[in-house]
Amino acid sequence: MSSITELRKVNKIYENEIKNQVLYDVDLSLEAGSFNSIIGQSGSGKSTLLNIMGTLDRATSGDVLIDGRNIKKMSPVMLADLRNDTIGFVFQFHYLMPEFTAMENVLIPYRIKHGNITEEISRRADMLMRRVGLEEVKNNMSTKMSGGQQQRTAIARALINDPKIILADEPTGNLDSDSAEKIYSLLKEINQEYGTTFAVITHDRRIAEKADRIIEIKDGRINVDIVR
Amino acid sequence: MRLCMHIALRFLKSGRGQTFLIILGIAIGVSVQIFIGSLIQGLQKDLVDKTIGNSSQITVYSRDGGLIGDYRKTGETAEASDADVRSVSFALDNTSFMEYGGDSQSLLIRGLSLERAEGIYHLGSRMKEGSLPAGDDEIILGTDLKKEYGMNLGDKVKITTTGRKTAYCKVTGFFDLDVSSLNTGWGITTLRAAQKIFGTGDKVTSVEMHVKNDSVFQADTIAGKIKKALDRSDLKVVSWKSQNRSLLSGLQGQSISSYMIQIFVIISVILGIASVLAITVIQKSRQIGILKAMGLRNSSARGIFLLEGLILGALGTAAGICLGLGFSFAFSAFVLDSEGNPVIAFYINVPFILISGAAAVTASVLAALFPALRSSRLDPIDIIRNN
Repeated sequence: MSSITELRKVNKIYENEIKNQVLYDVDLSLEAGSFNSIIGQSGSGKSTLLNIMGTLDRATSGDVLIDGRNIKKMSPVMLADLRNDTIGFVFQFHYLMPEFTAMENVLIPYRIKHGNITEEISRRADMLMRRVGLEEVKNNMSTKMSGGQQQRTAIARALINDPKIILADEPTGNLDSDSAEKIYSLLKEINQEYGTTFAVITHDRRIAEKADRIIEIKDGRINVDIVR
Repeated sequence: MRLCMHIALRFLKSGRGQTFLIILGIAIGVSVQIFIGSLIQGLQKDLVDKTIGNSSQITVYSRDGGLIGDYRKTGETAEASDADVRSVSFALDNTSFMEYGGDSQSLLIRGLSLERAEGIYHLGSRMKEGSLPAGDDEIILGTDLKKEYGMNLGDKVKITTTGRKTAYCKVTGFFDLDVSSLNTGWGITTLRAAQKIFGTGDKVTSVEMHVKNDSVFQADTIAGKIKKALDRSDLKVVSWKSQNRSLLSGLQGQSISSYMIQIFVIISVILGIASVLAITVIQKSRQIGILKAMGLRNSSARGIFLLEGLILGALGTAAGICLGLGFSFAFSAFVLDSEGNPVIAFYINVPFILISGAAAVTASVLAALFPALRSSRLDPIDIIRNN
């Protein structure tokens, strides 16, 4: 299988008042269609790793390849377009736009690229809302939904442009265990149905163990990498 | 662009109170601008109309104070020298001594080519009684003289020229030029009659003319053109501007103070929008951050806030123009003089309003530039990392 995201000797050093190296020579390749969980203690560097994979953060040194393309020399515009096309994000906080309805939020990544909404994309958004179980509340303002519903809306939004990879940073960190369980099942199902690659940071070992591959980050290095 | 517009509108809608306040702020600023501008322009127009509306705006005299013989040709040349010249007319002015009953006074006899002079003096509408002089021995006088001497239509007055020639003229009417010194000091007759009374032959003392209304303030330039076209060293061309320097400097002072008010209003509008939008960028940084994470380009992030500036500016300006016109109308309707006439007439200068409006909208967009740049510099990772 081909790799969708590849990190080669990636280092990340934050240089504010004190120099702080967060990642050390990380080599990591995620296979297309795989479901990967990333675990590690707070401050281990897992979020930084995910942000670098998502092109939101730049590596201090080393190479990042997304879908075979090295992003080192890409302009901010090219990176923005790459994120829009290839990557879907789900964060611990849903980051929905409170000014828009759930459905409108789902359509935003598509509109960033195309401007107008076609009937086809409307149908796809409907289908995704159905898929994440929000058909009934899709026209609610995003603020008028429960935490679980908001996070499921964020998942539908991440899927709208049919990205190659979805990066999720503790997507259930803010939810009760019941909702968290449902969200993980949903992510897994989507992975199986659409073949979308997932990289999910979680604190919950029980959930991490359901993944195809578990990567543990410790002190900025890959400590454990188990493929099942 | 459509998405930017959609987001901009939703941002504005989500902060309704804030949006309303800033629109109100712009509206008040623009309305003050329109109101003060219109008021001062109305006042100036009134003043200019009263001062030069009923007198010659450009006059050709003989340099030595004498007579002009080829006045028709001079008039034609003047008329042809600029498209804005109109109502070219001829006048023969001489001082005389008037006697009526037992009273006497000096009187400026103005022999006018009446038909042509109508465009300058509008005598037709200024006649309070009787009719314009037509025959050789007919004259019209001011209403003030009528009151002073108890004159009646058809009465005869004796005119004695400085050359001691005398003539008796029948008073065919009384005019009111709104200026007391003219109402007591002028006697108007036909050009031919004056030429006969004063024995000048077919000559005049001046060629008078008006310019088109919107060129009134270019009268000096037009006068220059006429001078050049005439190319005569024995004639001088004088515009109203050189004869009314103190009025002009007064008007100029007013205009400058009006511009100053308008400039400071615009500055306060800019500062208002810039500060509110700067706060909006901070309030909406989460949204901007996530939009960028999802692939929104920096230019589009800028676009959102520029559009907000444009929308706020356009709505505020539209409301401000209505409000300003409302103020101006109210001022002319309720601020009246002792005779019940508006102190300053309601005056709408469409180009001025359009320019003020365009300036306010442009200022609003410019004011949005700083917040827009701020939003384009916003790094999504800062939002996501520091949530």
